[in-house]
Amino acid sequence: MTTDVLIEVKDLKKEFGRQKALNGVNVHIKKADVMVVIGPSGSGKSTFLRCLNLLETPTSGTILFEGTDITDPRVDINEHRRKMGMVFQQFNLFPHMTVLKNMTLAPMKLLNKSKAEAEDKAMSLLERVGLRDRADAYPSQLSGGQKQRIAIVRALCMDPNVMLFDEPTSALDPEMVGEVLEVMKSLADSGMTMVVVSHEMGFAREVATRVVFMDEGCIVEEGSPEDIFTAPKSDRLKSFLNKIL
Amino acid sequence: MYFIDFLLNSPGPVLASFMERFRSNFIIDDRWKYLLSGLKVTLIITFFALLIGLIIGFVVAIIRTSFDKMDKPKKGQPFRKKLGYVLLKLINFICKLYLTIIRGTPVVVQILIIYFVIFASVNIDKTLTAIIAFGFNSGAYVAEIIRSGIMSIDKGQFEAGRSLGLSYIQTMYYIITPQALKNILPALGNEFIVLLKETAVSGYIALVDLTKAGDIIRSRTYDAFMPLIAVALIYLALVMFFTYLVNKLERRLRSSDH
Repeated sequence: MTTDVLIEVKDLKKEFGRQKALNGVNVHIKKADVMVVIGPSGSGKSTFLRCLNLLETPTSGTILFEGTDITDPRVDINEHRRKMGMVFQQFNLFPHMTVLKNMTLAPMKLLNKSKAEAEDKAMSLLERVGLRDRADAYPSQLSGGQKQRIAIVRALCMDPNVMLFDEPTSALDPEMVGEVLEVMKSLADSGMTMVVVSHEMGFAREVATRVVFMDEGCIVEEGSPEDIFTAPKSDRLKSFLNKIL
Repeated sequence: MYFIDFLLNSPGPVLASFMERFRSNFIIDDRWKYLLSGLKVTLIITFFALLIGLIIGFVVAIIRTSFDKMDKPKKGQPFRKKLGYVLLKLINFICKLYLTIIRGTPVVVQILIIYFVIFASVNIDKTLTAIIAFGFNSGAYVAEIIRSGIMSIDKGQFEAGRSLGLSYIQTMYYIITPQALKNILPALGNEFIVLLKETAVSGYIALVDLTKAGDIIRSRTYDAFMPLIAVALIYLALVMFFTYLVNKLERRLRSSDH
């Protein structure tokens, strides 16, 4: 294992009652990797992503994040979650707070930043995604695409070392998908490590450094976007690609 | 029937008779002072019982929802976590027992038991007894209202808070509770109004609240109409006033949803 491995997942299993969602997943994510996870619905890709920051507690297996096994119950998971930003399908902005408050809450409470510091950082991030003028709006006043862009920069306010995206464009109207993917692409270009669960094959092809195909709780195939999309090896991946492309 | 009797058989012009009865019921012997001191007692009981009810209700609701959200400890977890789970399970059981007993018995019976059984050998102030009885009673209902409010918040809100690194308590405090409180404000306002009117049974332990005060006047003047209608009107005015306040608060809290 080299030092530039950020997350190493070993034999990760997750069961919901009798149903097996993850069936022994092994993968490592290097710094500046953009790993896109694809697969049919129910293949366990969202569960896999949610296990990475322990929103789901794995049934067994280990997850090493920056060398620490975060599945160890003695580990303070809150410490590690600060360094793992997450973006949800349903945005999950806090509706009772303004955009600015959404973005400054965690840095102020967890990183002991002053209000001015936190707001400075938030405003410059809003600038980057072209939403500086919406700082004082409430989430209910924003469009879906705007909400998701805010959700991304809210996570970035914590200066994470990795960003996890759980189907970030699936709940968006088609005309708003582009603006969110654009932000994600520029994030990838800036060198952010990203794990993205997505149905956006165009994004996977263009931005991903690695594509992982999951089915029935296992990683069936992984490789560069060219390998996966132009030279699929397994039958399951071939039939999946046939259905969606 | 009585009211019609009163209009038809009153000696002399109706208005003069009305004034006379008003005098005898409220002015003579300063009888209005009964109502005033009764009103004071009613308001004191309601205010402090509400406070106790909110505190108990909040604590019970947090315990119940926290326990529901908690995973069963697995093998290999440190002893501290297992102990925490067992402890919370026990406290959760006590909370459920409390809810069952309080919601399963009439408040009149509860106040009688507290005064004549639990505090039988202690010389305790009746107002304090009533505050304790109504506070504990209200707490059970408030607990369920708050719990429903917490459960009404989308799970994603909780996950978003935790994914930023906020602890369970911080997420509850900054994200879940403010939204939950906004949602349950109408139900809490209603509980408050119910509580105010429920204190009318304080007379069972010979505490002179507003209702009992009206009844005392009736027993002095042998006139039921005047004092009882007066009592009813005072309750009505209070409830209308508090409803107005709750509505105002609701509008202010709603200012963030556009």
